Amino acid sequence: MSEALYSIVVDINGTRHVSHVTARTSLVDWLREHLHLTGTHIGCEHGICGACSVMLDGEPVRSCLMYAVQADGHRITTVEGLQRPDGSLSVLQDSFCETHALQCGYCTPGMLIAAQALLDATPRPTEAEIRDAIGGNLCRCTGYQQIVDAIALAARRMAEGAT
Amino acid sequence: MSTSQAASPYGYRYIGTHRRTKEDPRFVTGRGRYAADIALPHLKHVALVASPHASARILSVNTEAARALPGVHYVLTGEEFCVATDSQPIGVDAPKVTRWALAHDRVRYAGEWVAAVVADSRALAEDAAELIEVEYEPLPHVTDPEQAMEDGSPLVHPAHGSNVILHRDFVWGPVEDEFAKAEHQISFRAIWNRNATVPIETFAVAAQWNPATEILDIWASIQMPKYPDQTARALRLPGNAVRVHYDVDVGGSYGVKRGLKHTVLVGYLAKRLGLPVRLIEDRLENMRGGDMHGPDRVFDMTAAFDGDGTIRALKIRAVDNVGAYAGRAPFQLGKPVSAICGAYRIGAIAYEPVSVLTNKTPQEAVRGFGQSPTNFALERTMDRVARFLNMDRIALRRKNLIRKDEFPYTIPSGSTYDSGDYHTVLDKALAAVDYPALVRRRDEARRVGLLAGIGISTCLEPSGGNSAFEPLLNPKNETTTWMDSCLVRIDLSGAITGIMGTSSSGQGHETLVSTVVGEILERDPAQIRVIHADSLNALPSNSPVGSRMAIMLGGAAAGAARQIKDTLVAIAAHNFECAKEDLEYRDGNVSLKGVPEKILRWDQLVEIAHRKFHQLPPNLEPGLQAKFVWEVPTGGGLPTPDGRIHIYPCYAFETHIVYVEIDPETAAPSIKQYVCGHDCGVMINPDIVHGMTYGGIAHGIGAALYEQFTYDHNGQLTSGTFMDYLIPSALEVPPISIVDHCTPSPLTTFGQKGSGEAGYLGAPAAVANAVNDALAPLGVEVNTLPISHLAIWETLSNAT
Repeated sequence: MSEALYSIVVDINGTRHVSHVTARTSLVDWLREHLHLTGTHIGCEHGICGACSVMLDGEPVRSCLMYAVQADGHRITTVEGLQRPDGSLSVLQDSFCETHALQCGYCTPGMLIAAQALLDATPRPTEAEIRDAIGGNLCRCTGYQQIVDAIALAARRMAEGAT
Repeated sequence: MSTSQAASPYGYRYIGTHRRTKEDPRFVTGRGRYAADIALPHLKHVALVASPHASARILSVNTEAARALPGVHYVLTGEEFCVATDSQPIGVDAPKVTRWALAHDRVRYAGEWVAAVVADSRALAEDAAELIEVEYEPLPHVTDPEQAMEDGSPLVHPAHGSNVILHRDFVWGPVEDEFAKAEHQISFRAIWNRNATVPIETFAVAAQWNPATEILDIWASIQMPKYPDQTARALRLPGNAVRVHYDVDVGGSYGVKRGLKHTVLVGYLAKRLGLPVRLIEDRLENMRGGDMHGPDRVFDMTAAFDGDGTIRALKIRAVDNVGAYAGRAPFQLGKPVSAICGAYRIGAIAYEPVSVLTNKTPQEAVRGFGQSPTNFALERTMDRVARFLNMDRIALRRKNLIRKDEFPYTIPSGSTYDSGDYHTVLDKALAAVDYPALVRRRDEARRVGLLAGIGISTCLEPSGGNSAFEPLLNPKNETTTWMDSCLVRIDLSGAITGIMGTSSSGQGHETLVSTVVGEILERDPAQIRVIHADSLNALPSNSPVGSRMAIMLGGAAAGAARQIKDTLVAIAAHNFECAKEDLEYRDGNVSLKGVPEKILRWDQLVEIAHRKFHQLPPNLEPGLQAKFVWEVPTGGGLPTPDGRIHIYPCYAFETHIVYVEIDPETAAPSIKQYVCGHDCGVMINPDIVHGMTYGGIAHGIGAALYEQFTYDHNGQLTSGTFMDYLIPSALEVPPISIVDHCTPSPLTTFGQKGSGEAGYLGAPAAVANAVNDALAPLGVEVNTLPISHLAIWETLSNAT
């Protein structure tokens, strides 16, 4: 029983990837197992916890609920693509370090994706908007307090023109 | 974007200051290295077949079709596995309650593993698992612990002869006398249903056997004392044939990551097949068969007290549903003995812990190790006594709290609380929340038709991670040490490395060790590297359980660093031909007091230690490293014949104040305000302490209002997904305000106490008290957790 393979072309963090995948390969399994982009994590595989969040054409999506073939022709951003071109931390990543917005780090990539998507669309979010934006990402370590603080800090820094 | 660094409130150079952690940068860039990220060449994958029955005899297992599937390497059943490996250990004295990763002959809970498939991919392994045909003969089951205790109830382990695996009657102090003297008494039942910490990372383990070295290498998301030893024993290997790699990041644990059964299974398969093998639980496997549920308890509480609010005595009966097998879980009835009267002066206590086997998923250690349910029952008792006496709840607590001048304070069950200033912490929290304003807010909300309530709780966090409850609950167990250790090494370049012997699951141990070593050696912690040695290279550790690492690993790191410092001073003394007392150590350099130009700098001292034996004092070994293995302070004792034992060295204190509103139309509760007064002594890294406290509170809010492993009448878990098992999100967890206070511990290196559990220990009680305050005007109350939206709805419906 050999499974049929499908050819896909996906832009991941600015690099074009050509791959051959089975129809049932989820996007997150493809990222992790085939491309070794292990920054994207698996938490529930039923779309609730948000640990596997990536951006699809700039919008946060659950990579456990998509098949890799569905990403064909699209642009994906993972946590590995959030750093600045010189490899240094983005304002958001640095703010997470500043407020200690994480402990075990497992939900962090998904949180960063959700938060970055928020800040891209809403540069000066209210606390309610921040909580709403990460409302689909579960964290068991932090109680969300320092994550909310980090996103608010990043928004302030960006408004102040921090680069 | 540099870190602003305020001065330490304790007068230290690094301890207590806001400093970035060593760990965070790798996690924000997606460079954490979790067990599922370990890419071994030719790795094979495991899928599992689980029992659909809560209790059944296995009549046959047909694996033929699965074995025939291309890409399948092996199918393992209990028939082979239970002969080739030994049972996992059980903590209490119940040797017939044996336990293997795969069932043999009989399944005892729905979700129990029956067979394991190894294949080229997880998907193929799952395909093959679906082809395995298991024939069962269903047997009667029992999921209610009190029913399980009745004669004629189905026996979960017939060989044990009873479903009760632990039943003790402790009487500490003149309980009956106090009850006779007391003016009043009340009795009530409080129920704590099953929840767990449910980390977002499920359990994952990979193993590889090297036939040349005869070493089994293991990478796992583990947080467990004595894990390599127990793995080796079950696999019938010498201890030095198992090498656990502790440099694996663990994606949350808070107690539950104890995948011994997973590890023995994967280790066996790896050795049997000569191939690297990995098992990653999917979420249903984790929830149903991951054996990580927490306490599941029925409390019968009776309190004896006087009209002025003085609590004279308590009787506590706690029946805990431990599930179908037991490892250390029954000991979760033992840790509460260390703080059985909470923060209160209660001189006489009767405690009857009962641990009962049922056909539910087995229990595992959960944050606080049984203390949170007990504190919930205790704090509900305080509120009920206050209501009985029509006394203010805060006044009642103030009256009974142990006073600052009474420390060290020995409680009836034998533990001695090291230090505390409970009244001040309570007062600070009340001031921070502006309590009179909060009462006005509640009363105003009530006037406009909302149900509104204020909840208060106090709690103690026993810390230092001693396990002296083991010999208390099992006289055959004489474990009296629960050591931890650290190795500090200065290399030729003068760089400092701290080496610890366990994995971390978010507690920031690299930050802890580097901060402490930097403090002692007066060197920048940012330049100190901290590594997690594998188990064959490591000094002994009992892993980060029981809020122990700030005390134990911090203390060990400080001890090792002090030895290094002594060595450096000794080298200088030898070279200056003076006494050590004549020298001054500053920033890693050693100079003659009053003669600052007479100095040997760090690099010179290191050079001497590593290269210039002729300049070393006699009897000093060359090189520059020091180990420190530390017994838990005040540890080492066995219980007295009448069942008293000093358990934990340090006791942190918290007060929680929470304000809840309930929509009378929908019965939905909403937490509007949350203040936590917190005293864990000296905080080595305040950001880490605060983070764990916020997280513990969020977890406690889940236990109070949302989270429960529910079972139906067939013994099936009905909350195996995150659609049914409700984890609070940023929309349910409110902004939380922590008010710090510092009462140093006299027992520890810097005055630190443990932290990490207190949020979870106090929050369920405070939230439950708030909901009950909201319901009080209707004359109803709820003493069963979680107080779900539905439970409130039903209570309101019955009240009107």
